[in-house]
Amino acid sequence: MSRYQACFQALRARKEKAFIPFFVMGDPDYKTSLAVVKAALEAGADMLELGIGYSDPLADGPSIQAADLRALNAGMSVDRCLDFIEAIRGFSDVPIGLLVYYNLLLRRGVDRFCRQASEAGVDGILAADVPVEEAKPVLEACKSSGIDPIFMVTPMTTAERLQKILEHAEGFLYLVALLGVTGARGELHRETLQLIRRVRPRTGLPLCVGFGISRPEHVDAVTRAGADGAIVGSAIVNLIARNLQAKGRMPEAVRRYVRAMKRETLLTASRKRSG
Amino acid sequence: MSTLEELEEAFLKYRNDPRFRSELKELLEKYAGRPTPLTLSANLSRRVGCRIYLKREDLLHGGAHKTNNCLGQALLARHMGKKRLIAETGAGQHGFATAMVGALFGFETVIYMGEEDIHRQATNVLRMQLCGARVVPVTTGSRTLKDAINEALRDWITNVRDTFYLFGTTAGPHPFPSMVKHFQRVIGQETARQVRAAEGRLPDAIVACVGGGSNALGIFQAFLKDPDVRLFGVEGAGLGLAGGKHSAPLNRGSDGVLHGTHTRILQDRDGQIREAHSIAAGLDYPGVGPEHSHLHQSGRVKYVGVTDRQALDAFVLLSRTEGIIPALESAHAIAYALKLGKKMGEKDVIVVNLSGRGDKDLEQVQELLEQTRGGSKA
Repeated sequence: MSRYQACFQALRARKEKAFIPFFVMGDPDYKTSLAVVKAALEAGADMLELGIGYSDPLADGPSIQAADLRALNAGMSVDRCLDFIEAIRGFSDVPIGLLVYYNLLLRRGVDRFCRQASEAGVDGILAADVPVEEAKPVLEACKSSGIDPIFMVTPMTTAERLQKILEHAEGFLYLVALLGVTGARGELHRETLQLIRRVRPRTGLPLCVGFGISRPEHVDAVTRAGADGAIVGSAIVNLIARNLQAKGRMPEAVRRYVRAMKRETLLTASRKRSG
Repeated sequence: MSTLEELEEAFLKYRNDPRFRSELKELLEKYAGRPTPLTLSANLSRRVGCRIYLKREDLLHGGAHKTNNCLGQALLARHMGKKRLIAETGAGQHGFATAMVGALFGFETVIYMGEEDIHRQATNVLRMQLCGARVVPVTTGSRTLKDAINEALRDWITNVRDTFYLFGTTAGPHPFPSMVKHFQRVIGQETARQVRAAEGRLPDAIVACVGGGSNALGIFQAFLKDPDVRLFGVEGAGLGLAGGKHSAPLNRGSDGVLHGTHTRILQDRDGQIREAHSIAAGLDYPGVGPEHSHLHQSGRVKYVGVTDRQALDAFVLLSRTEGIIPALESAHAIAYALKLGKKMGEKDVIVVNLSGRGDKDLEQVQELLEQTRGGSKA
């Protein structure tokens, strides 16, 4: 059983949903970033979504663009990111998904990249700019390395494309909550809930919702609508950005935030039980 | 992806539609001023020792070849029922051409332009604004064309339903390379006709500058099947191909993916995109259209580099000898033609695609010439 399967199964047994924070590895520097990830895990994060900083992150809004830049300026190469994941494996066994732009895979060789990622302890790879139609090399490399290929589904994804994605997707399905790039938003989009309801009957894969999720009530809303987890990127990255003058405060800020968000995945379960 | 499929479907549907074609033809003639002349550059020819013709895309309405593509895509956008045009721009020529057609067709128009380029191309910014476009400064990355494309793509992802991304060059995700190539083919078609009328035969060589590659592909495509016509694409060699500061992914780049295209790009060992450099904002791009990569690999087109300095000299030379001020981009092609012509016979014919005029570059050139003068004193 993969780490993802085991983790979602355990969560279901405990009537919980997954809370999945996203970090750009090495933001704002290797050491602080590792301390922040550790704090998030201690506060109850169920899985991790980790990004390798990229020069041209097309799918990302200003918060994560800035985080990418901080990580790159701090000297985070692909090799350093693999080291970073190995370091996490020293203290945690949660599923780790890698969010990466395709040129980084291509440059290293897609096979070699996936093999090294797997050795470092990666469970899933989401290539942000690879549509399912072009995914063959990534799919094959993932398969031979024992990595789950993760795909995104958006409100614009047609029924035919959804079908193609479902033929290949493993681990979980990443539902993009809104049209656009990553970024924390105040309100949750109505389309988000419609998307969950549309995809839910089509697959047994866990559904995790990302893009624009920043508040406890968002987590509550998406899990109530049938999602199995919530992914939060920009809101967490913003906590890092806000504390750049006092890096020592970052782990505690993230710990507090993750605890509040994770609590919502429990509350949902208990509310559902009583209701 | 479904967005790109929708676009491809519309393009394939309309490209051969008789009504669409006649509408486009009418616009190209009556609004943009096609056909553009093919000028025998007599003074330059005498100086170099062969026959040099200039394909005068600088005389097209808007001041560059970009108008061909913008009219085609804007017409397509109207047929698709889109309400809003967005575009990236480097030198500002594509942004201006988009703003023009936006005004003409009544679209809301937003142009993304790197902050660095806004500074370099202030005149074009004002032109765009006069045509009613909103110019959004892009402050990320190298603050040039690459980053403007990133921002425009982000806008498109967000507003995909009512927005048409009017892409300016033969790069980017499919179907843009084929679509832009299609709308620029008129340059080569006219050139073939005009050079036959003037010389009774096809030229011996064609020279065009290559950033993303739309003016080059526009003129090359009519001659790809004539092996006697030698084709030369000129990349921005910046401060020299040997150093890191250039815009020459074909000469000095490697295999990679940028903006949804598998092509030659400038990148580091991890695959992070490197910043390009060229004196010409329109060449300042770390990637190149995928078809140029193929033509490079097959050897059908020879890709060479011209430095900032050589381009500036050619800019001045063409102005002085012919009274034609070329765009700094096109000056790269002129510079290479001068070099090539010296090795050719006096009956040999070279056509240079003069892809744009230099009005937009005057401030920058003034600064550069002052620096050069200051430099030589010191």
